[in-house]
Amino acid sequence: MELLNELKKDFRFVEGFKACISCGTCTAICPAAEFRDYDPRIITEIVQRGNEDELEKLLKSDTIWFCGECLSCKTRCPRGNTPGYIIQSLRALSIKTGFFIFSEQGRKQLAIKRTVGDHILKYGYCVYLDEVDTKMYPEQGPVWDWLKENRFEILERLNTNYNKTGKGTLRLTSEESLSDLKKIFDETGGTERLNLIEEYSQKAAEKMGIEFSEGKDEYFMEIYEK
Amino acid sequence: MQPIIKSKSWESYQKHIAEDNYYFARSCIRQNFFPAAEGLFLDIMHNDLHKDIYDDARQTTCTGIAYHSGIIPFETTMGVIARQFSLMNEAGYENFAVSCVTSFGLYTETLETWKEFPEKEKEIRDALLRATGRTFEIPKNLVHASDLIYKFRKEISSKLKYRLVNNKTGQPLKVVDHIGCHYAKIFPKEGIGGAEFPYVLAGLIDEWGGSQVDYPERRHCCGFGFRQYLLKSNRSYSVSNTKKKLDSMEPYHPDLIIANCPGCTFFLDRWQYVISEIEGKVYGDNGYGIPVLTYEELAGLLLGYNPWDIGLQLHQVAVEPLLNKLGVKYNPDDKYKGRSGKILNLPQQSLLKMY
Repeated sequence: MELLNELKKDFRFVEGFKACISCGTCTAICPAAEFRDYDPRIITEIVQRGNEDELEKLLKSDTIWFCGECLSCKTRCPRGNTPGYIIQSLRALSIKTGFFIFSEQGRKQLAIKRTVGDHILKYGYCVYLDEVDTKMYPEQGPVWDWLKENRFEILERLNTNYNKTGKGTLRLTSEESLSDLKKIFDETGGTERLNLIEEYSQKAAEKMGIEFSEGKDEYFMEIYEK
Repeated sequence: MQPIIKSKSWESYQKHIAEDNYYFARSCIRQNFFPAAEGLFLDIMHNDLHKDIYDDARQTTCTGIAYHSGIIPFETTMGVIARQFSLMNEAGYENFAVSCVTSFGLYTETLETWKEFPEKEKEIRDALLRATGRTFEIPKNLVHASDLIYKFRKEISSKLKYRLVNNKTGQPLKVVDHIGCHYAKIFPKEGIGGAEFPYVLAGLIDEWGGSQVDYPERRHCCGFGFRQYLLKSNRSYSVSNTKKKLDSMEPYHPDLIIANCPGCTFFLDRWQYVISEIEGKVYGDNGYGIPVLTYEELAGLLLGYNPWDIGLQLHQVAVEPLLNKLGVKYNPDDKYKGRSGKILNLPQQSLLKMY
């Protein structure tokens, strides 16, 4: 598989990559560049050179996973490039090729699949109160423990429709709507990518000798916490 | 040569905001972490502004958090968004109001993508039809919910019970506005004031009697970072970016922070708690933090809604210092009451005072 040709098939890549003059404006504005070993200018230069060995190394690296997708780079680039879109296409190709399991950051995709990805198909939303606790999300703080402990009392006072059918805040999503979501995932490549993340992650777990099954298994906790 | 008045630059970035009749799309983050906010927004639209806005039980996530974290392709997000357009059509509406800023960015991006790549629109239409049997028309008007509060800020102003003024000194309260990156940084023309001088919240501050705080990191990201926050191992990215903002605004002694993005509101609130736990650092006075409100919470509070009926007790940063400055009359015992009127066990107190 020629990696550059694969990237060029991705409309996000076509949209995000025009011609980079290497001015570094994207790096100057980038919140990730300030706190991580991440430099959108260098990544754009690698893509512009189009060297296959360099591209493979990039797809197997941690660096493509450090972008926070704030897209501040889109506003600023004087030549209309969007490094944040280039990153999206690199991440997509890294998963398609299985290269993501070569990096510590890439391997973490499984934890996001098993939280956000699974929540969407189970609840109809990316997050649902029942799945959030201060063990996994300690920054939620004492107010969250208070809400969880008294959730029926509090959420009814606040006129939500928590855990019930019908309309309103925190309602349950109907089986019909969940079925629509699943079928849209099937038709648009969502299911395929989620499955690829599971399949390649299993290989990584076997190689690392870590238990791999489903949900918050040993592999999940390893990549989520460390 | 005419001098350039930078503060007036926002005026060239305006957008059409329909007067009435909206379909409403809920937010994953807002409804979980500020669970009274969307109900309050709908109440303000219905009861205070007498607008027709439709809350649909069939609406779902736009999948934006999954997409921006790289676990699903954009085609999946566009497919789910296309289904929401179809639901809007079926409910008899032509205008679409979005609660989440990430979603607003993605709805806008979907429409822009279909202009640039018409074959993508056809691909998504075909996929939606195969998956659900649905077809759809594109909305005539697409707005973020904060655009509506901005549009009707003068009508709201005429009904306010309290203004953004210190009731003891008569001085305007100093208010930080934080605009979610995806509101206008992706498509500046779709945001009031564009990316450089966003006015969607600053306009509320000006209209309701407050004073804007212009601090160096005003436009910096809150640090959500999608996959950076979602993983416990990566969260230092998120807290570091919020800390950068808080450190930058601290010398201006803000009385309040307001945000239009649910994620930003959450991080500016919760990371203050974390920074106090890690470093013993508290950004407000007397052991309290700087209160952080959403636009609808601010509107509701100033309109005279009971702060504990609109969920302000679910912020980790206590809002009492703000209530006292505004002169809002409240019953402290009411804060921790449940539906039955019984006072519940209080949350565990932390270094950052909660009550």
